[in-house]
Amino acid sequence: MTNLLEVKNIETYYDLVYALRGVSFSVKTGSITAILGNNGAGKSTILKTIMGLIEDQPDKGSIEFEDAPIQHWDTDKIVRKGIAYVPEGREVFEELTVHEHLIMGAYIREDPSGVKKDIEQVYRYFPVLKQRTNQWAGTLSGGEQQMLAIGRALMLSPRLLILDEPSLGLSPILVKEIFSIIKEINLKGTTILLVEQNANMALSISSTGLILENGRFVMKGESKDLLEDKDVKEFYLGIKSETSAKGYQRWKRKKAWR
Amino acid sequence: MIDLIQMIVNGIAVGSSYALMGLAMVIIYKTSEVPNFAQGEMALISSFFAMMLLTSFNMSVYPAFVLTFVFAVILGCFLEFAILRRAKEPNVLGMIVITIGIEMILLGFVSWKFGAEQKTMPFPIGPYDSFIIGDIFISKLEVLTLVAALLLMSVLYLFFKYSKLGLAMKATQQNSVAAQIVGIRTNRILMMTWGISSLVGAVAGLLISPTIMHPFMMWDPMLKGFAAAVMGGMTSLPGVVIAAYMLGIIENLFGGYISIEFKTVVAFVIIVFVLCVRPSGLFARHYVKKV
Repeated sequence: MTNLLEVKNIETYYDLVYALRGVSFSVKTGSITAILGNNGAGKSTILKTIMGLIEDQPDKGSIEFEDAPIQHWDTDKIVRKGIAYVPEGREVFEELTVHEHLIMGAYIREDPSGVKKDIEQVYRYFPVLKQRTNQWAGTLSGGEQQMLAIGRALMLSPRLLILDEPSLGLSPILVKEIFSIIKEINLKGTTILLVEQNANMALSISSTGLILENGRFVMKGESKDLLEDKDVKEFYLGIKSETSAKGYQRWKRKKAWR
Repeated sequence: MIDLIQMIVNGIAVGSSYALMGLAMVIIYKTSEVPNFAQGEMALISSFFAMMLLTSFNMSVYPAFVLTFVFAVILGCFLEFAILRRAKEPNVLGMIVITIGIEMILLGFVSWKFGAEQKTMPFPIGPYDSFIIGDIFISKLEVLTLVAALLLMSVLYLFFKYSKLGLAMKATQQNSVAAQIVGIRTNRILMMTWGISSLVGAVAGLLISPTIMHPFMMWDPMLKGFAAAVMGGMTSLPGVVIAAYMLGIIENLFGGYISIEFKTVVAFVIIVFVLCVRPSGLFARHYVKKV
């Protein structure tokens, strides 16, 4: 398997804030890669940097998609290369209907029959959206908006689908549903890069996991190994390994790697 | 009775030019949420360009008008590309101030180039050609303006509702980041809306110029058009047109029956009233953002 996306040593600033301090990773073709980390670790920043949504960034480093550098490109050009992005907090068009969203999702495509088929496909993934076809996106519930944002991204029929916290603000059942659909999309041949707070969910569907802290990766591994890892268990999965031992000094593990 | 009908007819006639200016403003507002105060002067410079072609270059009417429309589109695109796009970290207030600046520059340019005195536009239909139905006078120019306003409204309405490009324009206004990530070139979309809007403005300017032609000719239609746009809810195309006709008719009736001195003020009194009762405009169907 080759690498679809190759990020090499990128550094990103927000004005004077040094957000990414040299981040390198790669996404294998056909895989699901998950990036985990605390609030403010820089997870979303990585994705925004890849999509060219932060002006003049990355400051250093390179981003290669299918062996061609794409850093410093305009967002629409990156999208045309075959990368779809579902932003954090579902950026929908409030006053466009669900159907219009899917049409807009396919804005750059020129094959009407393929687009029609993909609209049907999106409705098959998310039957709720079909009931809401002619409703404004602003009137949908949070979960429905998230489904719509994913559906809109799928309309590009991308080779790489980037998801920024798809579980944000959703009920546990809905999170499960969305993750099983993400898995399904992946099985149909779309490579996925996922950023998540919900470590358990993300590691259970992904093949590779990366852990980010303060703008640097601190850990990388097979997802199933990470699920078993002591530190990951304690800090991200909330499983305490600490036992109460009376009379002994209680050692607490450091809360962060630096 | 005849008076009343005549006044309503005049109101509709005047409303048509407000409607055209209002439409032009709404198109830009729909994509960028910026009320473009340079709209009137963009139309002004296009009308003077047409006059220059007709008088100084002795062109015949139709090619001159076609050239004027081309000029208007290029002017709109150029202003967006050269001035508004250069604004670093733009916000709506800054953009409004920039449009006011553009307005001043264009106004100054026209006054300097063509002089401030009243001109005559060699238009194929004179301002006094009219139909007489019963006892009511309807000028041909007014009928033409009415037709142009309704036609442009319908075309634009269909364009925004059903074409992919129109949809992309709406999408750009509602969420420009989301528009970029589906691959819309938002800069180019903005440029196009300025072009289209400038074209609509130029149509208004050309239709006003036979009756009145000096550097301040677009003040009144532009402000009234803006008033109509606010009344109509700023985003609704049919809303602007209906509001413009209402303004025109009410204004004329007020002028005829109550006070001719305060005729122009009436529009703004109506706006204040409408904004108090329905702040989002009479015809807007606006989604209220959830916090």
